Amino acid sequence: MLSVSDLHLSFGGIKALQGITFEAKPGEITGVIGPNGAGKTSLFNAISGFYTPDRGRVAFAGRDITGLTPDKRAELGIARTFQNIALFRGMTVLDNIKLGGHTRLKTNVWQALAYFGPARREELAFRAEIEERVIDFLEIDHIRKAPITALPYGLQKRVELGRALAMRPKVLMLDEPVAGMNREETADMARFILDVQEEFGTTILLVEHDMALVMDICSHIVVLNFGQQIAEGTPAEVSRDDEVIEAYLGAAA
Amino acid sequence: MITGNLKASYAADERVFDNRNKWAFFAASLAVLAGMAGFANDYVILVACQMGILLIAVVGVNVVTGYTGLISLGHAAFVAVGAYTVAIFHAGFAGVIPDGLMALIAIPVAVAVSALVGIIVGLPSLRVKGLYLAVATLSANFIVIFLIEQEAFAHWTGGMVGINTPAPDFFGWELDTKREMFVLIAALGVLTLLAVQNLFRTRVGRAFIAIRDRDYSAEIMGISLLRYKLTSFAISAALCGLSGALFAYFYARILPEQFELALSLELVAAMIVGGMGRTMGPVFGVIVIVMVPEVIKSLFGVATGGEASMAQLLAPLQDIAFGLLIVLFLLFEPLGLNHMADRALRAMNRWPFAR
Ligand SMILES: Nc1ncnc2c1ncn2[C@@H]1O[C@H](COP(=O)(O)OP(=O)(O)OP(=O)(O)O)[C@@H](O)[C@H]1O
Ligand SMILES: [Mg+2]
Repeated sequence: MLSVSDLHLSFGGIKALQGITFEAKPGEITGVIGPNGAGKTSLFNAISGFYTPDRGRVAFAGRDITGLTPDKRAELGIARTFQNIALFRGMTVLDNIKLGGHTRLKTNVWQALAYFGPARREELAFRAEIEERVIDFLEIDHIRKAPITALPYGLQKRVELGRALAMRPKVLMLDEPVAGMNREETADMARFILDVQEEFGTTILLVEHDMALVMDICSHIVVLNFGQQIAEGTPAEVSRDDEVIEAYLGAAA
Repeated sequence: MITGNLKASYAADERVFDNRNKWAFFAASLAVLAGMAGFANDYVILVACQMGILLIAVVGVNVVTGYTGLISLGHAAFVAVGAYTVAIFHAGFAGVIPDGLMALIAIPVAVAVSALVGIIVGLPSLRVKGLYLAVATLSANFIVIFLIEQEAFAHWTGGMVGINTPAPDFFGWELDTKREMFVLIAALGVLTLLAVQNLFRTRVGRAFIAIRDRDYSAEIMGISLLRYKLTSFAISAALCGLSGALFAYFYARILPEQFELALSLELVAAMIVGGMGRTMGPVFGVIVIVMVPEVIKSLFGVATGGEASMAQLLAPLQDIAFGLLIVLFLLFEPLGLNHMADRALRAMNRWPFAR
């Protein structure tokens, strides 16, 4: 579904990514793990189109998308959440989620100015859809009119997931969805991620430090360390890998 | 809980006038405007026309700066383009296009030309933000005025001495009194407010706000910054162009100096005082920005006892008093009058149970 091959990226002297190659299989959850500064977020940024790789390519459904801008990639159906929540803070939960639907809505400027007619029809159908597929699904009915700033951290993360889901993405990239959450919130989020996979068949890329979660829900894992891909395989394979064990022990020490 | 806000359907929840108070306010506003057209005295009509013309331009500035977060100090340029397009169109097509159709064509042409100029002036917004964009738009203002004043174009623009526009004529109904102009201005003002409000009920307006709040997040939602920043500039400039067209008809004679930086600043000041990125903000802002100088003027009139030499001496003080008022506003109510009105309405809704 989504593949990167021989991806290289550097910031001045820092080599953030050095020859990353893997594929996220359709409908599966692929985990990307590694110690702090390993290059996980940089990899996501290269896939989203915020960073242009020095070398290598990103392909989506067999098509090379390395040269596309972020908005064009979103149009193809690649959605993501950010490590440090990037919601629209001036808006309500509902408006944030509505923004996720931007690429799927068709209203043009003229229809928007008139509102009554095609724009209204589309808006109402869309509202009904997100109420069911996003707001009910993520159990956030009670906060739909709340401003983002009034929400606790865990709920903000959930709303950001909701915004991504409103896109009906084919590929969903989650950058540390449970970071900073307590155990209960983490369990909820894990359930939502599995529900997304099951109900919508979405291909998911997951960056996460919570090893229990990663080992639990990913079918395939890519391990990065200092920008290098040091291992790849099933959770069982990866957790047996000597280099992986060393990288994590080294980071912990 | 305020039970008046409970909704039975999503359609009801998506309405602009989502409670009885808002409907009542809207109906009352229309009634007041209609009453004014019939009964207000000439002075009130004159001031109201000024406000209406300014309002449409401030709504335009609000679209690009208040909602999209792109700072512009050059919007007077678009008002100028609208005004001059109308004036030149009338001069150029006199006798070719029937009088009764002229304004019906000239106004949309002015709006379109302004939108086009807006797209060009908006191009720097793709590369620069904040202060840099303010300077870029400011320069656009200077360039437009410079071009209008050029001797080489004076044949069309009238150069420094300005140009005249005849009263608009719709199928034989000639709007040759200020009162008739008021009807046109009020109608277009209300339509402008409603259309812009509609914009923000759909994906287009939401995209603008998204760009203002967090541009990279907007991109990840599939919003093309190129397309939407330029769309915002186009809509904004189009509204200023409409304002300019009315300006040309209303004042009959236009001069380049009327569209200089001072007007751009006035538009921005009105937007800020009213409340940036709020529907009714421009309305409040324009009322203040037009009324306050009038009030100050009459206060000074009383203070000087109508003595001309004294009044002249104190004239600069009026500007200072006005400037001071705006600064105080920014200090004590940076969210604008719209925010104050919100607070008052909320208190009214809850009274007497809470304040
Ligand atoms: N915009 C940037 N400019 C300069 N250096 C950067 C930039 N973004 C990332 N880096 C560097 O690239 C390396 C990889 O960073 P990245 O954020 O991708 O790590 P990460 O694996 O996501 O870490 P974490 O687990 O802490 O989120 C780090 O050394 C970081 O300092
Ligand atoms: Mg990271």
